[in-house]
Amino acid sequence: MLCDDCGKREATMHFTKIINGNVTELHLCEECAKNHKEFEFDTSFSIHNFLTGLLDLDNVQDSPFKIDYITSTKCDRCGLTYSKFRQTGKFGCSNCYNSFKEKLIPLFKRIHGHGNHIGKVPRRAGGVIRIKKEISRLKNQLEIAVRNEEYEKAAQIRDQIRELQAQIDTK
Amino acid sequence: MAKWLQGNDKTNDIVVSTRIRLARNIEDFLFPQMLNTESANKVIDRVRSSIIEGNTILSREFDFFRTKDISPLERQIFVEKHLISPELIAKPERSAFLLRKDEKVTVMINEEDHIRIQVLLPGLELEESWDLCSKIDDIIEENVKYAFDEKLGYLTSCPTNVGTGMRASVMLHLPSLVMTGHINKVLQAVNQIGLTVRGLYGEGTDALGNLFQISNQTTLGETEEEIIEKLKKIVLQIISREKESRQRLMNTKRIEVEDIVYRSLGILKNSRIITSKESMKLLSDVRMGIEMGIINDIDLDKINNLMILSQPASIQKYSGKELNAKERDIKRAEMIREYLK
Repeated sequence: MLCDDCGKREATMHFTKIINGNVTELHLCEECAKNHKEFEFDTSFSIHNFLTGLLDLDNVQDSPFKIDYITSTKCDRCGLTYSKFRQTGKFGCSNCYNSFKEKLIPLFKRIHGHGNHIGKVPRRAGGVIRIKKEISRLKNQLEIAVRNEEYEKAAQIRDQIRELQAQIDTK
Repeated sequence: MAKWLQGNDKTNDIVVSTRIRLARNIEDFLFPQMLNTESANKVIDRVRSSIIEGNTILSREFDFFRTKDISPLERQIFVEKHLISPELIAKPERSAFLLRKDEKVTVMINEEDHIRIQVLLPGLELEESWDLCSKIDDIIEENVKYAFDEKLGYLTSCPTNVGTGMRASVMLHLPSLVMTGHINKVLQAVNQIGLTVRGLYGEGTDALGNLFQISNQTTLGETEEEIIEKLKKIVLQIISREKESRQRLMNTKRIEVEDIVYRSLGILKNSRIITSKESMKLLSDVRMGIEMGIINDIDLDKINNLMILSQPASIQKYSGKELNAKERDIKRAEMIREYLK
């Protein structure tokens, strides 16, 4: 079979494209394949390319404000711009999480499928956070106790919650 | 000999090792990619003193290394033994690490994050690894303030690690699933449930020696225990698939399997020039032969060790001098013959 492009050399690359069920085939020689646009895909797949790919999804709407956000938003602590973050996929400091907040929530949802940490909390620094988590756990238990009409147990849990709440207020 | 493989009293058919790493950053410093050398050194001092000076028991257990103070060859050997990452040695002027004397715990400083705690144990030891990792984490945290957000958890350089900052992985030896062509189905299934599979040396590498690393892909929205539980369930399923597949091979193609195993052993025992790629493949066949009871007079640990020692930098250490590629292939063959005598 001869090359579809030059029609001279033997085709050695066979390319099938399927879009919405429409199949198109392309047969090219090595020389023409090199110059052909359809083959310009990045084969060195890396997690960072993948990440920046995800970030680019935000630009599908053609809004001047979005483009503005990318070029002008900058972390006020480390100076990393949002566009630089898009290139490298890495933050410059912990404040970047705050600086790029509105872009990150959907990004985290796409990467992790979730937006909230429920795992380990630092012991020393996380005192208040730990108590808050414990309170929310107890509140769930309280609801269950009330639903099951276990009022004595519910009262106990309620007192525990009050005690923990007082601990937070004094900190 | 790789120390972390020692003292392994369990039979580790199929599972080679378990690794858990935690990514942590110190609140007061910019992340490593933005740090100048001066601040990078401050980070090193803070982490070092949190372990060495902060806790007397730990201080005796750990050795401290500045990457720039060890030779490039030694650095590469640490990488080949899976004790530190290639990213750490890419920045020798700014990075350092603490290594526990039994080589089962490493604390890397100024890799992609300020702190990366790694626990590496032979066999399937997910709960034990997490427990140990979390303890070291608590000790460091007594002396430094971590970058932590109530909603997002531990803040990391890369958004793929935010939350728990934990990557748990299990290295599996799956020759029979590869041989029978079932591996792709297994890998597809694994990917569909939020876990990833990689070759021996992480992202983008081939499954050299039929070794596959299965790890959690997401770090946000689940507790560490839930992540570990999910990974363990899947790993146990893959192990039973590999075992079934081996059993079926033994029932239907016993002589062919024996032939592969003994031919590979024959080449390893007799070759005079061997590349690392070839030796990995052959060692994988022999490992399978031991696990299936075809070979009874070679220890599995010996093969695990050879898989590490036959790599380029380790070979040069074995021979005591720098070698070019061909010299290494000759030396490798010599070392393997010596080991399998």
